[in-house]
Amino acid sequence: MTQLLEPIAPNLWTNEAEPALIGGRLPNGKIVFPYPSGDAAEGVEPWRLSRKGTLWSWTRQDFQPKEPFEGPEPFQPYLLGYVELPGEVIVETRIVDCVLEDLKLGMPMEFVVAPFDSTRSTYAFRPEKA
Amino acid sequence: MEDVYIIGAGIHPFGRTDGRSGRDQGVFAVRQAMADAGIEWTDVGCAYGGSAAAGSADIMVNELGLTGLPFINVANGCATGGSALASARNAIAAGEFDVALAVGFDKHPRGAFNAKPKDYGLPEWYGQTGMMLTTQFFALKIQRYMQLYGISRETLGRVAEKAFRNGVHADHAWRRSPVDLETILNSPMVNDPLTKYMFCAPAEGAVALILASGKKVRELGADAVKIASVAVRTRPPGSFEVFAPSVDIENGGKPTILASKAAFEQAGIGPEDISVAQLQDTESGAEIMHMAENGFCKDGDQEQWLREGRTEITGKLPVNTDGGCLACGEPIGASGLRQVYENTVQLRGRGGGRQVPNNPKAAYSHVYGAPGLSGVCILER
Repeated sequence: MTQLLEPIAPNLWTNEAEPALIGGRLPNGKIVFPYPSGDAAEGVEPWRLSRKGTLWSWTRQDFQPKEPFEGPEPFQPYLLGYVELPGEVIVETRIVDCVLEDLKLGMPMEFVVAPFDSTRSTYAFRPEKA
Repeated sequence: MEDVYIIGAGIHPFGRTDGRSGRDQGVFAVRQAMADAGIEWTDVGCAYGGSAAAGSADIMVNELGLTGLPFINVANGCATGGSALASARNAIAAGEFDVALAVGFDKHPRGAFNAKPKDYGLPEWYGQTGMMLTTQFFALKIQRYMQLYGISRETLGRVAEKAFRNGVHADHAWRRSPVDLETILNSPMVNDPLTKYMFCAPAEGAVALILASGKKVRELGADAVKIASVAVRTRPPGSFEVFAPSVDIENGGKPTILASKAAFEQAGIGPEDISVAQLQDTESGAEIMHMAENGFCKDGDQEQWLREGRTEITGKLPVNTDGGCLACGEPIGASGLRQVYENTVQLRGRGGGRQVPNNPKAAYSHVYGAPGLSGVCILER
C-alpha cells in the first residue's frame, strides 16, 4: 500500500525493496541526517543509513500541532522519538506499529516507510520483530 | 573592567493583558525601573532591548523621549534579554556610559509556539510531519534523562507544585493559585511524560533593568546589586538541542554547562556560594536537568533534593522563587530578564511572602532556548 503513496519529500530514503534513510558523510567522517541542502552539501557524500538501531528516547504527540503540521484530520496522537544507528548518527523519527507502553530505552528498532496521510508516506521506525 | 550594578528594576505583570501591546508593556517596565532607580530618561546613556514576536524596542523612544541616545535592537531568540543585559553591562564596563537600559518584552498568541522550518534552516517535511515542536524536545530530553538517572514522575510533579506555590506570592506572576500534586500528575498529557501543568505557556510581559557604574551608584546613593558576571554561550558539537532532525552519536557538551562555567569563573565563586537560583523551567524536567547542568547537584540527585524540599524558598538552594516560567508564562524576550529582576528583588530583601531568608548574598539566573543557547548571570550584594 505504501508503494502507492508519494513520499513526503524526495531523496529522504532510498527507492529499493528494502529502503533506508539517506544521510550524508562529511569530509571529517561524521554522519548527518538529513542530507544537507545548498552550500552545506559541498563535499558531503550521500550515505545509506543503517535500517536497524536502538531506541534513544521517545514521546507521544497528544495535541494537534499548528501549521506547518499537515497530518490528517481528525487528529490522532502519534509516537515519535530518536533512534541511534550504531556508529552513524541518532535520527529523529516517527515511531509506528506499537503503543507508548511498549517503548523501552535501548530496545531494537527497524526502519519502515509508513503512511502519513491518504496520499503521502513518511519514514518511521518500529520495534524490531523478534 | 569597571564594576557594573543594577540600580533599578521594573516589570509589567506577566500573563495576558488585552489591549496593551508588547512594546507598551516594555515602556511600562522602563518607567517603573527608572522610578525605582530615581533617575529620568535623560539620564540614560544607552539602551539595548528587543522582543521575539512584538516588534523592535528602539521605537520606545517615541514614548520615552527623543533624547538622541543610541538604542540597539536585540533579536536573539530566547537569549534576547540576556544579550541585552550583557551588552548594556559591557557598555558601562568599557567606561563609555554611566547609565544603561536593558529591556525585553513580548506578546505571543495562545498555544504552543509554531516555528517555521525555514527560519531554522530546516527542510519543510520536518514541520509537515509534526516533529518540529519545542514541547517534544523537552519531553524527549527528560524521558531519556529519567531512564538514565532514575527520576520519577512524582519529582516532575513536585517541581510544578513548588512553582505554583511560589507564584502565589509574586505580584508579577500569571498563575497565582496553588495546584496540588495529584492534579498536576493527572492533568492532560501534552508530550509523555509531561502533563499540561508541567509546561509553561507562551505569554506576555516586560522587564526593564537600569544598569549603572560605581560612580553613578555613589552619586545617587542607589540601592544597588552588583553584576558579578554575565555569560551567553551557543551550543558546542554533539549537544542535544531543540529542532534537531539528528544528533551526534558522540555525546558532546551543552551550552548551559559552558555558560555556567564561564559565569562562575568570571565571578570567582562556585555553585556552593549561591543562595538563590532562577533556572530555566520551560517545563518541570528542564528545571531538574538544569540543576545538574548548572553544577548545583549531580545527575540523579534531584530525586532526593525535591523529596527533601531543598529547592523550596526555605531550603538549602531556593529555585525559581517567583514560580519561574511555570507560574509566570514565557514571553520570550522578557523571560530571561524576569529571572534577573527576581534575583534583584531577593538580594534587596524585597521579596515579601517569597523572600529567601538570611539575607541572600549571591543570586544565579539561567535562561535556555532555541536553537541551543544559554545565558547565565550572577548577582552579588
